[in-house]
Amino acid sequence: MLDLRRFTGHEMRLGEKLIEFNWGFLLLLLLIASIGFAMLYSVAEGSFSPWAFRQAARFAVGMGIMVSVAMIDLRLWMRLAYPLYGIALVMLVAVEVIGFVGMGAQRWLNLGFVSVQPSEIMKVTLILALARYFHGLTLEEVSRIRNLLIPLGLVGAPVALVVLQPDLGTAILLIATGAVLFFSAGLRWRYFILAGVSVLAVIPVVWSRLHDYQRNRVLTFLEPERDPLGAGYHILQSKIALGSGGIFGKGFMEGTQSQLNFLPEKHTDFIFTMLGEELGLVGGLVLLTLYFVVLMFSLNVALQCRNQFGRLVAIGVSMTFFFYVFINTSMVMGLLPVVGVPLPLVSYGGTAMLSLMFAFGLLMSVHIHRNLEISRGPSAFW
Amino acid sequence: MQISGRDSNRYQTFTRRAALLAGAQGVAFLALAGRMYYLQVLKTDQYRMLAEENRVSMRLLAPLRGNIVDRFGRILAANRQNYRAMLISEQTPDVEATLTRLSNIVEIDDFTKKRILRDISRSPRFMPVTVAEDLTWDQFAQVNINEPDLAGIVPDVGETRDYPYGEELAHILGYVAAVSEKDLQQAEGNQPVLKLPGFRIGKEGIEKTYDKELRGMPGSSHVEVNAYGRVIRELAKDPGTPGSEVVLTLDMDIQRFAWDRLKGESASAVVLDVHTGDVISFVSAPAYDPNQFNMGYGTAEYKALLESPYLPLMNKALAGMYPPGSTFKMVVAMAAVEAGIDPSHRVVCPGHYSLGSHDFHCWKKGGHGALNMHEAIKHSCDVYFYDTAKRIGIEAVADMAKRFGLGETYGFEVPGEKPGLVPTPGWKRAVKGEVWHPGETVIAGIGQGYLLATPLQLAVMTARIANGGYAIQPRITRAIGGNLLPIPEPKLIGVSEQAIRVVQGGMNGVSNEIGGTAYRSRIAEPGMELAGKTGTAQVRRISRAERLSGVLKNEALEWRQRDHALFVCFAPVDEPRYALSVVIEHGGSGSGAAAPVARDIMHEVLKRNPPRPQAGNPPGGPKPARTG
Repeated sequence: MLDLRRFTGHEMRLGEKLIEFNWGFLLLLLLIASIGFAMLYSVAEGSFSPWAFRQAARFAVGMGIMVSVAMIDLRLWMRLAYPLYGIALVMLVAVEVIGFVGMGAQRWLNLGFVSVQPSEIMKVTLILALARYFHGLTLEEVSRIRNLLIPLGLVGAPVALVVLQPDLGTAILLIATGAVLFFSAGLRWRYFILAGVSVLAVIPVVWSRLHDYQRNRVLTFLEPERDPLGAGYHILQSKIALGSGGIFGKGFMEGTQSQLNFLPEKHTDFIFTMLGEELGLVGGLVLLTLYFVVLMFSLNVALQCRNQFGRLVAIGVSMTFFFYVFINTSMVMGLLPVVGVPLPLVSYGGTAMLSLMFAFGLLMSVHIHRNLEISRGPSAFW
Repeated sequence: MQISGRDSNRYQTFTRRAALLAGAQGVAFLALAGRMYYLQVLKTDQYRMLAEENRVSMRLLAPLRGNIVDRFGRILAANRQNYRAMLISEQTPDVEATLTRLSNIVEIDDFTKKRILRDISRSPRFMPVTVAEDLTWDQFAQVNINEPDLAGIVPDVGETRDYPYGEELAHILGYVAAVSEKDLQQAEGNQPVLKLPGFRIGKEGIEKTYDKELRGMPGSSHVEVNAYGRVIRELAKDPGTPGSEVVLTLDMDIQRFAWDRLKGESASAVVLDVHTGDVISFVSAPAYDPNQFNMGYGTAEYKALLESPYLPLMNKALAGMYPPGSTFKMVVAMAAVEAGIDPSHRVVCPGHYSLGSHDFHCWKKGGHGALNMHEAIKHSCDVYFYDTAKRIGIEAVADMAKRFGLGETYGFEVPGEKPGLVPTPGWKRAVKGEVWHPGETVIAGIGQGYLLATPLQLAVMTARIANGGYAIQPRITRAIGGNLLPIPEPKLIGVSEQAIRVVQGGMNGVSNEIGGTAYRSRIAEPGMELAGKTGTAQVRRISRAERLSGVLKNEALEWRQRDHALFVCFAPVDEPRYALSVVIEHGGSGSGAAAPVARDIMHEVLKRNPPRPQAGNPPGGPKPARTG
């Protein structure tokens, strides 16, 4: 294992990093994104505008971000973890304040030159912050209650802000991401059982505090035919579109449900339905398989990494990606309620695409710096 | 891989738990694949059907309404092209401005404008809304030429019902109009065609009676629609079945002639074929314009129709009930013969008839002297019939009246028939709760009192006399959809030939013998002679004082107080083919007002249907000919 030793303790050059960068993985992401471009082309009735072209441009920018992020030393990302989290939290508060002033739900922050969705940024920085925190704890220390207060606060603060927006989908995703990091860091099972029981206990309380539209979403998920022209319309039309696609689909740009507008939000949240209608079971399985390859690759990155920070970042990114894919596809198939979660890399959307590519950049940084041993104590590089 | 000792605990735990997460991901993906298999393979047929239901929408196509024609195929009601201007609101940035520009070509009043804006707000933005209908060719051409300046305006050609003869046929054809809420509720079963915008149904007359036949079967167009209902393309089309043509028994030439002759009066006339019951002409004046009902009557015009004393909305030939007056005397005469009274028996008329303390007057103040039945009909002597009715009794008179079609409805094709009234003591007891007075029998003898008959009934009565006692039923429909309607074999009324002969002879006397009450209104051409009977129905009570000082002439009375003028006749007298009744409300006397009109109409009928060369009548009187 001489080659491993070689890297330990000395800095990699940019050239080496570029060689270590897994370009095959980037190609895989491009393939998935291209399926998205094709579907956006079809949504626009065979036109690159208004969606396909802009989406491709964003993906190009995203690739640049991914490569740049991957080149940055993992230890620097570790140093930046808390400041970046702090910035994201401030932005979330800002959005809340502006939303309050503007008398309405607000998820976007206008930075003058670009509008960003702070909750998307928070999803990535939360992974960084938790990974940073758990990196400094031994396995035994992780399960000490006093050591849980800080990470619970790290999760709780943005969740509270997002719930206020109110954006239930993102809140659930943040909690899930946090749980994955707690779990991977080695928190004892009994805490998860305790948490599970507590969640069951507070469900009635939460239910009573939900907004009507959120309750409706849950109710119509449980019984979509309850209101086929109202809230159940989306799920029902989505299932009709998918089901009518059959094994091989109706053909590219031939989906009646999508092209005749029976399918709602087909360029964003329901784009998987459109794929299923036009390209059938085969098309859907191809995309799911590609997603699964992405997941297995990122899991492997985590397992190959020699430092806890990298491992936790990799598994955090991997699982967040998984949650996106799973929640979105389950939703359009009628397995979960409609919670506005986009299909990663495929749905049209700026911030989501860019923050995802940023996260993949972190993953690649972990991959490149997998042999780096980072000491647990803060003195190592502070 | 070598991990430093300190970290190995964490790493082992991490690896174990990462493997668990990977397993969970695998399970989740299998679940997704399973769900896709369920939706896209197992349930695909069901969802494919639902997708088709979403995509394909059926649009009804209104069928073309059938024409109504007269017995010679002349068009009485048809569809005509209706030049319209439609507005598609999504194609104009400013609806108001477009309407203002259009109003340079077509007048759009505030009321219409409000209606248009309301229609626009109620329908999807791509749905055309009717802005102006029934444009002249010039206006339509201008709309077409200026289309580039009229954003959102689309010229269009629709179909609308047209009645070329207007009011001349209003009381027969009726009219079509838009479907009302009430029509929708009363419609049998589900008739989605009724909800088509602009669809019209028969509201009166033949249009109402044969609405189903005239309407036809709606077609359909299968179109692909998007989620908002906009039509993308047509997939299949079934044009439907146009409505059937309805052929009437009417002769439009005679109808026009009769209409022109009665125009200006409040009057009616019915011409029947005495053997078939076919209605040759059927006039009720004045009338309304059915075309205006179709397009929507103005409120002021409609109010004028409602308030006119001449009752233009009433079908007088069918629903006008008048005392038959002296035209009823034939019925009394036949009842008398059947009761065993010898027609040659003479009754002396001193000018009045006394019953108890009451005197009944003859129209001829000095009296007619001694008269037999023939002379009594010819001179229309009242005293003879007072006496005869009194002798045979009211039940015998009523029975004969009913056998000749009075007091009943025939199920005539034009709705609104009234039964009239043939009074009997039983009727009076049941309805009025009073006993029958002998005096009421006496005045029934001259067709006054409670007796009421419609012009249609009078024509039927006359036809049954003319055809030798066959109970023909009137009808106005000859064929529907190319199928001739059968004429039921008429039953014999069961009146002796002697009775018929005496009455026919008496009517011949009225018209063709010097001294007959309608001798002045005879037809002189050989073979065309008519036989008739005048009637003057009193509408006011003449007081004893007036009787003493001299009865006022009709000309001295205001219109409402004047007598109704009636005349019934058949022709040709030797081989009767047509029967006619004329009633002119408040026209004065039957001989003065009604007989000349009847003579002219009958003359026209015979001119158009000249009598065949005589081959000699078969014994037993003329036999009803079977036609149709």
